Amino acid sequence: MSDVTALFFNAEIMAKTAGFLLDGLWMTVLLCLVVIPVGALGGLVVAVLAALKRRWLNIALVIYVDVFRALPPLVLLVFVYNVPPFAGYKISELEAVVIAFLLNTSSYYGEIFRAGIESVGRGQWEAARSTGLGWWQTMGWVVLPQAVRNVLPDLVSNTLEVAKLTSIASVIALHELMFAARSAQQATFNYSPLILATVIYFVLLWPVVRLLSRLEHRKIAAR
Amino acid sequence: MDRFLFTFFNGEVMWEYLPKILSGMWVTTYLAAFVIATGLALGLLLAVLRSTLSQKMPAPLSWLAEALRLLIIFFVDVMRSVPPLVLIVLFFYGLPALGLDIAGLGATWLALSLVLAAFAEEIYWAGLIAVAKGQWEAARSTGLGFLQTLIYVVLPQAIRLTVPPLTNRTIAITKGTALGQVVAVQEILYQAYSGLSFSSNPSPLTLGALAYLVLFLPVVVAGRWIETRFAWRR
Repeated sequence: MSDVTALFFNAEIMAKTAGFLLDGLWMTVLLCLVVIPVGALGGLVVAVLAALKRRWLNIALVIYVDVFRALPPLVLLVFVYNVPPFAGYKISELEAVVIAFLLNTSSYYGEIFRAGIESVGRGQWEAARSTGLGWWQTMGWVVLPQAVRNVLPDLVSNTLEVAKLTSIASVIALHELMFAARSAQQATFNYSPLILATVIYFVLLWPVVRLLSRLEHRKIAAR
Repeated sequence: MDRFLFTFFNGEVMWEYLPKILSGMWVTTYLAAFVIATGLALGLLLAVLRSTLSQKMPAPLSWLAEALRLLIIFFVDVMRSVPPLVLIVLFFYGLPALGLDIAGLGATWLALSLVLAAFAEEIYWAGLIAVAKGQWEAARSTGLGFLQTLIYVVLPQAIRLTVPPLTNRTIAITKGTALGQVVAVQEILYQAYSGLSFSSNPSPLTLGALAYLVLFLPVVVAGRWIETRFAWRR
Protein backbone atom coordinates (compact mmCIF):
# COMPACT_ATOMS: atom_id res chain seq x y z
CA MET A 1 0.00 0.00 0.00
CA SER A 2 2.88 2.36 0.81
CA ASP A 3 4.16 1.65 -2.73
CA VAL A 4 0.92 3.04 -4.09
CA THR A 5 1.19 6.12 -1.87
CA ALA A 6 4.75 6.75 -3.04
CA LEU A 7 3.79 6.26 -6.68
CA PHE A 8 0.51 8.20 -6.78
CA PHE A 9 0.31 10.51 -3.76
CA ASN A 10 3.93 11.55 -3.45
CA ALA A 11 3.80 15.01 -1.83
CA GLU A 12 7.46 15.70 -2.59
CA ILE A 13 7.05 15.08 -6.32
CA MET A 14 3.78 17.01 -6.39
CA ALA A 15 5.50 20.01 -4.80
CA LYS A 16 8.40 19.74 -7.25
CA THR A 17 6.22 19.55 -10.36
CA ALA A 18 3.48 21.96 -9.25
CA GLY A 19 5.14 24.99 -10.88
CA PHE A 20 5.47 23.12 -14.18
CA LEU A 21 1.81 22.09 -14.03
CA LEU A 22 0.75 25.67 -13.27
CA ASP A 23 2.52 26.82 -16.47
CA GLY A 24 0.40 24.24 -18.26
CA LEU A 25 -2.71 25.47 -16.47
CA TRP A 26 -2.14 28.98 -17.85
CA MET A 27 -2.11 27.55 -21.36
CA THR A 28 -5.34 25.67 -20.61
CA VAL A 29 -6.95 28.91 -19.38
CA LEU A 30 -5.68 30.78 -22.45
CA LEU A 31 -7.04 28.03 -24.72
CA CYS A 32 -10.45 28.30 -23.03
CA LEU A 33 -10.43 32.08 -23.42
CA VAL A 34 -9.77 31.76 -27.16
CA VAL A 35 -11.69 28.63 -28.06
CA ILE A 36 -14.95 29.22 -26.14
CA PRO A 37 -15.80 32.71 -27.54
CA VAL A 38 -14.73 31.69 -31.06
CA GLY A 39 -16.86 28.53 -30.94
CA ALA A 40 -19.86 30.28 -29.40
CA LEU A 41 -19.71 33.06 -31.99
CA GLY A 42 -19.42 30.48 -34.78
CA GLY A 43 -22.44 28.67 -33.37
CA LEU A 44 -24.41 31.90 -33.18
CA VAL A 45 -23.67 32.59 -36.85
CA VAL A 46 -24.79 29.07 -37.78
CA ALA A 47 -28.04 29.43 -35.81
CA VAL A 48 -28.90 32.91 -37.14
CA LEU A 49 -28.21 31.78 -40.72
CA ALA A 50 -30.50 28.80 -40.11
CA ALA A 51 -33.24 31.17 -38.91
CA LEU A 52 -33.15 32.91 -42.31
CA LYS A 53 -34.92 29.76 -43.57
CA ARG A 54 -33.33 29.65 -47.03
CA ARG A 55 -33.74 26.12 -48.29
CA TRP A 56 -30.27 25.42 -49.74
CA LEU A 57 -28.52 27.31 -46.97
CA ASN A 58 -30.37 25.19 -44.41
CA ILE A 59 -29.39 21.94 -46.11
CA ALA A 60 -25.76 23.07 -46.15
CA LEU A 61 -25.91 24.04 -42.47
CA VAL A 62 -27.47 20.72 -41.41
CA ILE A 63 -24.73 18.84 -43.28
CA TYR A 64 -22.04 21.03 -41.68
CA VAL A 65 -23.44 20.57 -38.17
CA ASP A 66 -24.04 16.82 -38.47
CA VAL A 67 -20.66 16.05 -40.06
CA PHE A 68 -18.73 17.89 -37.39
CA ARG A 69 -20.86 16.41 -34.64
CA ALA A 70 -20.20 12.93 -36.05
CA LEU A 71 -16.40 13.28 -36.09
CA PRO A 72 -14.74 12.82 -32.70
CA PRO A 73 -12.93 16.05 -31.70
CA LEU A 74 -9.61 14.22 -31.35
CA VAL A 75 -9.91 12.90 -34.92
CA LEU A 76 -10.58 16.44 -36.15
CA LEU A 77 -7.58 17.75 -34.23
CA VAL A 78 -5.21 15.04 -35.48
CA PHE A 79 -6.48 15.62 -39.02
CA VAL A 80 -6.17 19.42 -38.91
CA TYR A 81 -2.70 19.20 -37.38
CA ASN A 82 -1.21 16.53 -39.64
CA VAL A 83 -2.72 17.25 -43.03
CA PRO A 84 -1.72 20.87 -43.89
CA PRO A 85 2.04 20.06 -43.91
CA PHE A 86 1.38 17.74 -46.87
CA ALA A 87 -0.10 20.73 -48.71
CA GLY A 88 3.03 22.71 -47.93
CA TYR A 89 1.81 24.62 -44.88
CA LYS A 90 3.37 24.05 -41.47
CA ILE A 91 0.50 24.66 -39.08
CA SER A 92 1.25 25.61 -35.47
CA GLU A 93 -0.23 23.61 -32.58
CA LEU A 94 -2.31 26.58 -31.44
CA GLU A 95 -3.71 27.21 -34.93
CA ALA A 96 -4.65 23.53 -35.25
CA VAL A 97 -6.44 23.55 -31.90
CA VAL A 98 -8.36 26.73 -32.70
CA ILE A 99 -9.48 25.48 -36.13
CA ALA A 100 -10.42 21.97 -34.94
CA PHE A 101 -12.31 23.38 -31.95
CA LEU A 102 -14.07 25.98 -34.10
CA LEU A 103 -15.40 23.24 -36.40
CA ASN A 104 -16.48 21.00 -33.51
CA THR A 105 -17.83 23.48 -30.98
CA SER A 106 -19.58 25.78 -33.47
CA SER A 107 -21.69 22.76 -34.49
CA TYR A 108 -22.70 22.04 -30.91
CA TYR A 109 -23.27 25.69 -29.98
CA GLY A 110 -25.13 26.12 -33.28
CA GLU A 111 -27.60 23.36 -32.39
CA ILE A 112 -28.17 24.88 -28.94
CA PHE A 113 -28.75 28.42 -30.25
CA ARG A 114 -31.04 27.04 -32.97
CA ALA A 115 -33.16 25.27 -30.35
CA GLY A 116 -33.23 28.50 -28.35
CA ILE A 117 -34.36 30.60 -31.32
CA GLU A 118 -37.07 28.04 -32.14
CA SER A 119 -38.31 28.16 -28.54
CA VAL A 120 -39.26 31.84 -28.89
CA GLY A 121 -42.91 32.10 -29.88
CA ARG A 122 -44.09 33.37 -33.27
CA GLY A 123 -46.04 36.09 -31.51
CA GLN A 124 -42.78 37.68 -30.40
CA TRP A 125 -41.62 37.90 -34.02
CA GLU A 126 -44.93 39.27 -35.24
CA ALA A 127 -45.25 41.82 -32.44
CA ALA A 128 -41.68 43.04 -32.92
CA ARG A 129 -42.01 43.27 -36.72
CA SER A 130 -45.34 45.09 -36.48
CA THR A 131 -43.78 47.80 -34.31
CA GLY A 132 -41.50 48.56 -37.25
CA LEU A 133 -38.36 46.65 -36.31
CA GLY A 134 -36.52 45.00 -39.19
CA TRP A 135 -35.63 41.27 -39.31
CA TRP A 136 -32.12 41.74 -37.92
CA GLN A 137 -33.32 44.18 -35.26
CA THR A 138 -35.99 41.69 -34.15
CA MET A 139 -33.43 38.90 -34.05
CA GLY A 140 -30.90 40.95 -32.09
CA TRP A 141 -33.11 42.83 -29.63
CA VAL A 142 -36.15 40.61 -29.16
CA VAL A 143 -35.53 36.99 -30.10
CA LEU A 144 -31.89 36.29 -29.17
CA PRO A 145 -32.07 37.58 -25.57
CA GLN A 146 -35.03 35.27 -24.87
CA ALA A 147 -33.44 32.41 -26.83
CA VAL A 148 -30.23 32.59 -24.77
CA ARG A 149 -32.19 32.65 -21.52
CA ASN A 150 -34.22 29.60 -22.57
CA VAL A 151 -31.15 27.47 -23.35
CA LEU A 152 -28.80 28.80 -20.68
CA PRO A 153 -28.30 25.40 -18.98
CA ASP A 154 -27.33 23.80 -22.30
CA LEU A 155 -24.94 26.66 -23.07
CA VAL A 156 -23.22 26.31 -19.69
CA SER A 157 -23.11 22.53 -20.10
CA ASN A 158 -21.49 22.77 -23.52
CA THR A 159 -19.00 25.35 -22.29
CA LEU A 160 -17.98 22.96 -19.52
CA GLU A 161 -17.48 20.22 -22.11
CA VAL A 162 -15.30 22.52 -24.24
CA ALA A 163 -13.16 23.45 -21.23
CA LYS A 164 -12.60 19.75 -20.48
CA LEU A 165 -11.98 19.03 -24.13
CA THR A 166 -8.94 21.35 -24.23
CA SER A 167 -7.08 18.41 -22.61
CA ILE A 168 -6.91 16.69 -26.02
CA ALA A 169 -4.49 19.41 -27.17
CA SER A 170 -1.88 17.40 -25.22
CA VAL A 171 -1.98 14.80 -28.02
CA ILE A 172 -0.39 17.25 -30.48
CA ALA A 173 2.11 18.36 -27.79
CA LEU A 174 0.61 21.71 -26.95
CA HIS A 175 1.94 22.55 -23.52
CA GLU A 176 -1.32 22.73 -21.53
CA LEU A 177 -2.21 21.14 -18.19
CA MET A 178 -2.63 17.54 -19.37
CA PHE A 179 0.55 17.68 -21.44
CA ALA A 180 2.47 19.16 -18.49
CA ALA A 181 1.18 16.36 -16.25
CA ARG A 182 2.21 13.64 -18.69
CA SER A 183 5.67 15.21 -19.25
CA ALA A 184 6.19 15.46 -15.49
CA GLN A 185 5.02 11.86 -15.12
CA GLN A 186 7.52 10.67 -17.72
CA ALA A 187 10.36 12.73 -16.25
CA THR A 188 9.82 11.60 -12.64
CA PHE A 189 8.69 7.98 -13.30
CA ASN A 190 5.89 8.77 -10.87
CA TYR A 191 2.13 9.16 -11.33
CA SER A 192 1.59 11.88 -8.73
CA PRO A 193 1.57 14.68 -11.36
CA LEU A 194 -1.42 12.95 -13.02
CA ILE A 195 -3.27 12.91 -9.71
CA LEU A 196 -2.38 16.57 -9.20
CA ALA A 197 -3.74 17.45 -12.66
CA THR A 198 -6.95 15.54 -11.90
CA VAL A 199 -7.36 17.50 -8.67
CA ILE A 200 -6.71 20.82 -10.46
CA TYR A 201 -9.33 20.06 -13.13
CA PHE A 202 -11.80 19.00 -10.45
CA VAL A 203 -11.26 22.03 -8.20
CA LEU A 204 -11.58 24.47 -11.10
CA LEU A 205 -14.57 22.89 -12.82
CA TRP A 206 -16.52 21.62 -9.82
CA PRO A 207 -18.27 24.99 -9.18
CA VAL A 208 -19.47 24.93 -12.80
CA VAL A 209 -20.82 21.40 -12.37
CA ARG A 210 -22.68 22.44 -9.19
CA LEU A 211 -24.11 25.54 -10.91
CA LEU A 212 -25.18 23.35 -13.80
CA SER A 213 -27.00 20.88 -11.54
CA ARG A 214 -29.00 23.76 -10.07
CA LEU A 215 -29.80 25.27 -13.48
CA GLU A 216 -30.89 21.91 -14.88
CA HIS A 217 -33.09 21.09 -11.92
CA ARG A 218 -34.68 24.52 -12.03
CA LYS A 219 -35.41 24.04 -15.72
CA ILE A 220 -37.14 20.75 -15.04
CA ALA A 221 -39.05 22.15 -12.05
CA ALA A 222 -40.38 24.91 -14.33
CA ARG A 223 -42.02 22.39 -16.64
CA MET B 1 -5.62 18.84 -58.62
CA ASP B 2 -3.87 15.58 -59.48
CA ARG B 3 -1.34 16.25 -56.77
CA PHE B 4 -4.15 16.98 -54.30
CA LEU B 5 -5.83 13.69 -55.12
CA PHE B 6 -2.55 11.82 -54.99
CA THR B 7 -1.81 13.24 -51.55
CA PHE B 8 -5.18 13.06 -49.78
CA PHE B 9 -7.16 10.44 -51.70
CA ASN B 10 -4.38 8.13 -52.80
CA GLY B 11 -6.29 5.03 -53.91
CA GLU B 12 -3.30 2.73 -53.63
CA VAL B 13 -2.45 3.78 -50.08
CA MET B 14 -6.11 3.70 -49.07
CA TRP B 15 -6.53 0.20 -50.45
CA GLU B 16 -3.44 -0.93 -48.56
CA TYR B 17 -4.72 0.39 -45.23
CA LEU B 18 -8.40 -0.44 -45.69
CA PRO B 19 -8.18 -3.77 -43.78
CA LYS B 20 -6.54 -2.04 -40.82
CA ILE B 21 -9.16 0.71 -40.75
CA LEU B 22 -11.89 -1.94 -40.97
CA SER B 23 -10.44 -3.81 -38.00
CA GLY B 24 -10.29 -0.44 -36.22
CA MET B 25 -13.99 0.07 -36.99
CA TRP B 26 -14.77 -3.27 -35.38
CA VAL B 27 -12.81 -2.32 -32.21
CA THR B 28 -14.53 1.10 -32.08
CA THR B 29 -17.93 -0.56 -32.50
CA TYR B 30 -17.65 -3.14 -29.75
CA LEU B 31 -15.87 -0.74 -27.39
CA ALA B 32 -18.71 1.74 -27.93
CA ALA B 33 -21.34 -0.98 -27.39
CA PHE B 34 -19.77 -2.04 -24.08
CA VAL B 35 -19.44 1.58 -22.91
CA ILE B 36 -23.11 2.29 -23.69
CA ALA B 37 -24.32 -0.91 -21.99
CA THR B 38 -22.35 -0.54 -18.76
CA GLY B 39 -22.63 3.26 -18.62
CA LEU B 40 -26.40 3.46 -19.02
CA ALA B 41 -27.03 0.49 -16.70
CA LEU B 42 -24.78 1.83 -13.94
CA GLY B 43 -26.30 5.30 -14.34
CA LEU B 44 -29.83 3.94 -13.93
CA LEU B 45 -28.76 1.87 -10.92
CA LEU B 46 -27.22 4.94 -9.26
CA ALA B 47 -30.30 7.09 -9.93
CA VAL B 48 -32.65 4.46 -8.48
CA LEU B 49 -30.33 4.00 -5.51
CA ARG B 50 -30.22 7.76 -4.94
CA SER B 51 -34.00 7.91 -5.12
CA THR B 52 -34.32 5.05 -2.62
CA LEU B 53 -31.83 6.68 -0.26
CA SER B 54 -33.87 9.89 -0.30
CA GLN B 55 -36.81 8.10 1.35
CA LYS B 56 -37.70 8.76 5.00
CA MET B 57 -36.03 6.26 7.37
CA PRO B 58 -35.45 5.84 11.13
CA ALA B 59 -32.49 7.70 12.63
CA PRO B 60 -29.31 5.57 12.51
CA LEU B 61 -30.22 4.20 9.08
CA SER B 62 -30.95 7.67 7.72
CA TRP B 63 -27.40 8.85 8.50
CA LEU B 64 -25.96 5.97 6.50
CA ALA B 65 -28.39 6.69 3.68
CA GLU B 66 -27.41 10.39 3.69
CA ALA B 67 -23.70 9.50 3.58
CA LEU B 68 -24.26 7.13 0.64
CA ARG B 69 -26.37 9.73 -1.15
CA LEU B 70 -23.63 12.34 -0.81
CA LEU B 71 -21.08 9.78 -2.02
CA ILE B 72 -23.11 9.22 -5.21
CA ILE B 73 -23.36 12.99 -5.80
CA PHE B 74 -19.61 13.35 -5.22
CA PHE B 75 -18.82 10.53 -7.67
CA VAL B 76 -21.07 12.11 -10.29
CA ASP B 77 -19.50 15.55 -9.80
CA VAL B 78 -15.95 14.19 -10.11
CA MET B 79 -16.79 12.28 -13.29
CA ARG B 80 -18.46 15.36 -14.77
CA SER B 81 -15.61 17.77 -13.99
CA VAL B 82 -12.50 15.73 -14.92
CA PRO B 83 -11.74 15.36 -18.66
CA PRO B 84 -12.22 11.78 -19.92
CA LEU B 85 -8.70 11.76 -21.41
CA VAL B 86 -7.23 12.41 -17.94
CA LEU B 87 -9.29 9.54 -16.50
CA ILE B 88 -8.24 7.15 -19.27
CA VAL B 89 -4.54 7.87 -18.74
CA LEU B 90 -4.96 7.71 -14.96
CA PHE B 91 -6.68 4.30 -15.09
CA PHE B 92 -4.20 3.03 -17.66
CA TYR B 93 -1.28 3.62 -15.27
CA GLY B 94 -3.10 3.51 -11.96
CA LEU B 95 -5.02 0.25 -12.00
CA PRO B 96 -2.05 -2.02 -12.87
CA ALA B 97 -0.19 -0.47 -9.90
CA LEU B 98 -3.13 -1.55 -7.71
CA GLY B 99 -2.71 -5.08 -9.04
CA LEU B 100 -5.57 -4.86 -11.55
CA ASP B 101 -4.10 -5.82 -14.88
CA ILE B 102 -5.99 -3.63 -17.28
CA ALA B 103 -4.88 -2.87 -20.83
CA GLY B 104 -5.57 0.34 -22.74
CA LEU B 105 -8.84 -1.15 -23.94
CA GLY B 106 -9.99 -1.86 -20.37
CA ALA B 107 -8.91 1.57 -19.14
CA THR B 108 -10.80 3.32 -21.96
CA TRP B 109 -13.89 1.19 -21.40
CA LEU B 110 -13.87 1.80 -17.64
CA ALA B 111 -13.24 5.56 -17.86
CA LEU B 112 -15.89 6.20 -20.51
CA SER B 113 -18.41 3.92 -18.76
CA LEU B 114 -18.00 5.80 -15.49
CA VAL B 115 -18.31 9.19 -17.23
CA LEU B 116 -21.43 8.06 -19.09
CA ALA B 117 -22.84 6.59 -15.86
CA ALA B 118 -22.37 9.94 -14.10
CA PHE B 119 -24.09 11.94 -16.83
CA ALA B 120 -26.83 9.33 -17.17
CA GLU B 121 -27.44 9.33 -13.41
CA GLU B 122 -28.00 13.10 -13.46
CA ILE B 123 -30.38 12.85 -16.41
CA TYR B 124 -32.37 9.89 -14.98
CA TRP B 125 -32.49 11.63 -11.60
CA ALA B 126 -33.83 14.83 -13.17
CA GLY B 127 -36.42 12.68 -14.97
CA LEU B 128 -37.45 10.96 -11.73
CA ILE B 129 -37.95 14.33 -10.02
CA ALA B 130 -39.93 15.64 -12.98
CA VAL B 131 -42.61 12.97 -12.56
CA ALA B 132 -45.36 14.66 -10.55
CA LYS B 133 -45.65 13.88 -6.86
CA GLY B 134 -49.30 12.91 -7.32
CA GLN B 135 -48.16 9.92 -9.39
CA TRP B 136 -46.18 8.61 -6.42
CA GLU B 137 -49.01 9.24 -3.98
CA ALA B 138 -51.68 7.72 -6.20
CA ALA B 139 -49.58 4.60 -6.84
CA ARG B 140 -48.69 4.14 -3.18
CA SER B 141 -52.31 4.60 -2.10
CA THR B 142 -53.41 1.76 -4.40
CA GLY B 143 -51.18 -0.50 -2.32
CA LEU B 144 -48.03 -0.64 -4.48
CA GLY B 145 -44.75 -0.70 -2.54
CA PHE B 146 -41.93 1.80 -3.07
CA LEU B 147 -40.02 -0.31 -5.59
CA GLN B 148 -43.20 -1.35 -7.40
CA THR B 149 -44.21 2.30 -7.74
CA LEU B 150 -40.74 3.17 -8.98
CA ILE B 151 -40.58 0.38 -11.55
CA TYR B 152 -44.16 0.27 -12.84
CA VAL B 153 -45.31 3.87 -12.51
CA VAL B 154 -42.49 6.40 -12.22
CA LEU B 155 -39.61 4.98 -14.29
CA PRO B 156 -41.63 4.43 -17.48
CA GLN B 157 -42.66 8.10 -17.39
CA ALA B 158 -39.23 9.35 -16.33
CA ILE B 159 -37.28 7.44 -18.98
CA ARG B 160 -39.45 8.86 -21.73
CA LEU B 161 -38.48 12.35 -20.59
CA THR B 162 -34.80 11.47 -20.55
CA VAL B 163 -34.54 10.01 -24.06
CA PRO B 164 -33.50 13.16 -25.99
CA PRO B 165 -30.82 14.48 -23.59
CA LEU B 166 -29.55 10.96 -22.94
CA THR B 167 -29.21 10.19 -26.65
CA ASN B 168 -27.10 13.28 -27.29
CA ARG B 169 -24.91 12.68 -24.28
CA THR B 170 -24.41 9.03 -25.16
CA ILE B 171 -23.34 9.91 -28.71
CA ALA B 172 -20.87 12.52 -27.43
CA ILE B 173 -19.29 10.13 -24.93
CA THR B 174 -19.22 7.22 -27.37
CA LYS B 175 -17.13 9.35 -29.74
CA GLY B 176 -14.64 9.49 -26.86
CA THR B 177 -13.53 5.97 -27.88
CA ALA B 178 -11.11 7.85 -30.17
CA LEU B 179 -9.28 8.93 -27.01
CA GLY B 180 -8.21 5.29 -26.64
CA GLN B 181 -5.63 6.03 -29.33
CA VAL B 182 -3.53 7.68 -26.61
CA VAL B 183 -3.24 4.40 -24.69
CA ALA B 184 -2.75 2.29 -27.83
CA VAL B 185 -6.27 0.90 -28.22
CA GLN B 186 -6.30 -0.30 -31.83
CA GLU B 187 -9.43 1.58 -32.84
CA ILE B 188 -9.94 3.65 -36.00
CA LEU B 189 -7.84 6.68 -35.07
CA TYR B 190 -4.94 4.48 -33.89
CA GLN B 191 -4.94 2.55 -37.16
CA ALA B 192 -5.25 5.72 -39.24
CA TYR B 193 -2.49 7.47 -37.31
CA SER B 194 -0.03 4.59 -37.62
CA GLY B 195 -0.97 4.31 -41.31
CA LEU B 196 -0.02 7.96 -41.72
CA SER B 197 3.35 7.37 -40.05
CA PHE B 198 4.16 4.26 -42.10
CA SER B 199 3.10 5.52 -45.50
CA SER B 200 4.07 9.19 -45.08
CA ASN B 201 0.80 9.98 -46.79
CA PRO B 202 -2.31 11.45 -45.16
CA SER B 203 -4.72 9.20 -47.10
CA PRO B 204 -5.09 6.72 -44.18
CA LEU B 205 -6.22 9.67 -42.04
CA THR B 206 -8.77 10.67 -44.69
CA LEU B 207 -9.96 7.06 -44.72
CA GLY B 208 -10.17 7.07 -40.92
CA ALA B 209 -12.27 10.24 -40.92
CA LEU B 210 -14.58 8.63 -43.51
CA ALA B 211 -14.84 5.53 -41.30
CA TYR B 212 -15.99 7.69 -38.39
CA LEU B 213 -18.56 9.37 -40.62
CA VAL B 214 -19.86 5.96 -41.73
CA LEU B 215 -20.24 4.88 -38.09
CA PHE B 216 -21.46 8.07 -36.43
CA LEU B 217 -23.28 10.13 -39.08
CA PRO B 218 -26.32 7.77 -39.04
CA VAL B 219 -26.29 7.91 -35.24
CA VAL B 220 -26.23 11.73 -35.21
CA VAL B 221 -29.05 11.89 -37.77
CA ALA B 222 -31.05 9.34 -35.74
CA GLY B 223 -30.39 11.43 -32.62
CA ARG B 224 -31.84 14.47 -34.40
CA TRP B 225 -34.96 12.45 -35.24
CA ILE B 226 -35.32 11.11 -31.69
CA GLU B 227 -35.02 14.65 -30.35
CA THR B 228 -38.06 15.83 -32.32
CA ARG B 229 -39.97 12.56 -31.81
CA PHE B 230 -39.69 12.64 -28.02
CA ALA B 231 -39.81 16.42 -27.65
CA TRP B 232 -41.62 17.71 -24.59
CA ARG B 233 -44.89 19.30 -25.68
CA ARG B 234 -45.14 22.78 -24.23
